[in-house]
Amino acid sequence: MCAAVFLLSLGVAAYATLWERKFAAFLQDRKGPSRAGPAGLLQPIADGVKMFMKEEIIPNVSNRSLFILGPCLFMVTAVMTSVVIPWAKPMMIGGHMYDLQITDINIGTIYLLGVVSIGVYGIMIGGWASNNKFALLGAVRASSQMISYEIAMGIALIALIISSGGSLSLKDIIEGQDKGFANIVWQPLGFLIFFICALAETNRAPFDLPECETELVGGYHTEYSSMKLGLFLFAEYINMFISSAIMAGFYFGGYNFPFASELYASLGLHEGDWLISLIGFGAYFTKIVLFICLFMWVRWTLPRFRYDQLMNLGWKTLLPLSLLNLALTVVVEYFRGNIHF
Amino acid sequence: MLGYTITQWLFGILSFLAIMFALMVVFTRNPVNSVLYLVLTFFCIAGHYLLLNAQFLAVVHIVVYAGAIMVLFLFIIMLMNLNADTEPRKHIVTRVIAGLVGGVLLFVMVGALKGAEQLQLVHGGSSQIGLVKNLGKVLFSEFLFPFEIASVLLLAALVGAIMIGKRDTNINSKESTN
Repeated sequence: MCAAVFLLSLGVAAYATLWERKFAAFLQDRKGPSRAGPAGLLQPIADGVKMFMKEEIIPNVSNRSLFILGPCLFMVTAVMTSVVIPWAKPMMIGGHMYDLQITDINIGTIYLLGVVSIGVYGIMIGGWASNNKFALLGAVRASSQMISYEIAMGIALIALIISSGGSLSLKDIIEGQDKGFANIVWQPLGFLIFFICALAETNRAPFDLPECETELVGGYHTEYSSMKLGLFLFAEYINMFISSAIMAGFYFGGYNFPFASELYASLGLHEGDWLISLIGFGAYFTKIVLFICLFMWVRWTLPRFRYDQLMNLGWKTLLPLSLLNLALTVVVEYFRGNIHF
Repeated sequence: MLGYTITQWLFGILSFLAIMFALMVVFTRNPVNSVLYLVLTFFCIAGHYLLLNAQFLAVVHIVVYAGAIMVLFLFIIMLMNLNADTEPRKHIVTRVIAGLVGGVLLFVMVGALKGAEQLQLVHGGSSQIGLVKNLGKVLFSEFLFPFEIASVLLLAALVGAIMIGKRDTNINSKESTN
């Protein structure tokens, strides 16, 4: 299961790089990469080989061990988030029900927040160890941006947890959307806040100020070359994949979809059939791909923020909005009868 | 293995690592390395929480200390660009006295904790107390008052921090208008 999720994350991230370039080309009326393999399908492999073959340069003035640690840490934390995501309904294999999830810890949501908050160390350590002004500025920007947006994100998540029944386990949150509506119906504002924060946390445009090339050359990865640069760039796509999975799971029902039980009943499937898991996974994966497309659409549509605009948006707009959302959620849930005093 | 259970082995290894990293915090010259060792120390302590079956505390510990406070520490150190070269060298007398005072503090703490294993726990609770559901129930019923006091304290600290931040801008604006 671990290996499957790991390979899935890497595979999706690899092809997301290709899809991003194709998508950008589509939006800009170009063709995009088309030479490596049919319709450019081998491009990610070619890119990977190129990254590995490039000369690796570690600056003499850098702090060598931390310079190497930075990209490793960033990649590890990117992959670690996928541990708590349930990918499909449990499957029956040889008389045993197997959860299609690496582990179902009862604090899954806080675990996610924890790993995300550790993720910034990779950028900070890498940027500082480079011993370069631009890299340092990029690292400082990244850390203050991530801390600012984590707060609004956390409060949006509290509102979500209140309205989805009070469990911190991702499995419970997704299972809770099996009957009735998906959480987006009760948490539209919360979803909007979460989505904006997810853009900021993954350092995607319009929040990609840590690597803003017009001001900072390459930002925190200015001094990196070869596969270390590759790890930084690649981890961004893994982050995008995982945050799409989290949003699809938290707000759009994950592997549930409308009239799922009717469909399963008409196909004559019972609980634990592998086909149910497969269909559920297909539904989840479709939602994830749509979210990845949304990420890319935003990136190639909106211009980059100025840094003061970014901070104003985070502290003066999103934080009060998320508090308002929390208060509204408590009132609504009280009248829905989910909160008792 | 040598008559110890796995939990005891883990406890030993985690304690050893925690103390070693804590010593490294003090002994490394570079402030950035100090902060990173402190982060590792916090991870070891989170491991101890896990051994006590307190998953919620462990993760919150990492989120708050390693994820927020230490990031700010690192942020400030990087921003001020503190290096070993710029570190002021204290006089030898100051260093000896600091060592003595620290040693006495260690002595006091060891003395205070000696025999602690014979004390009876006032709130024994179950081994499940660290799980988020039980912890929340206890916090919001039995220990509601201390919990609220702590939150008021945090609020006061927040307001204080904002006031300190605000005063600076006022002075600046007055200077600029004058």
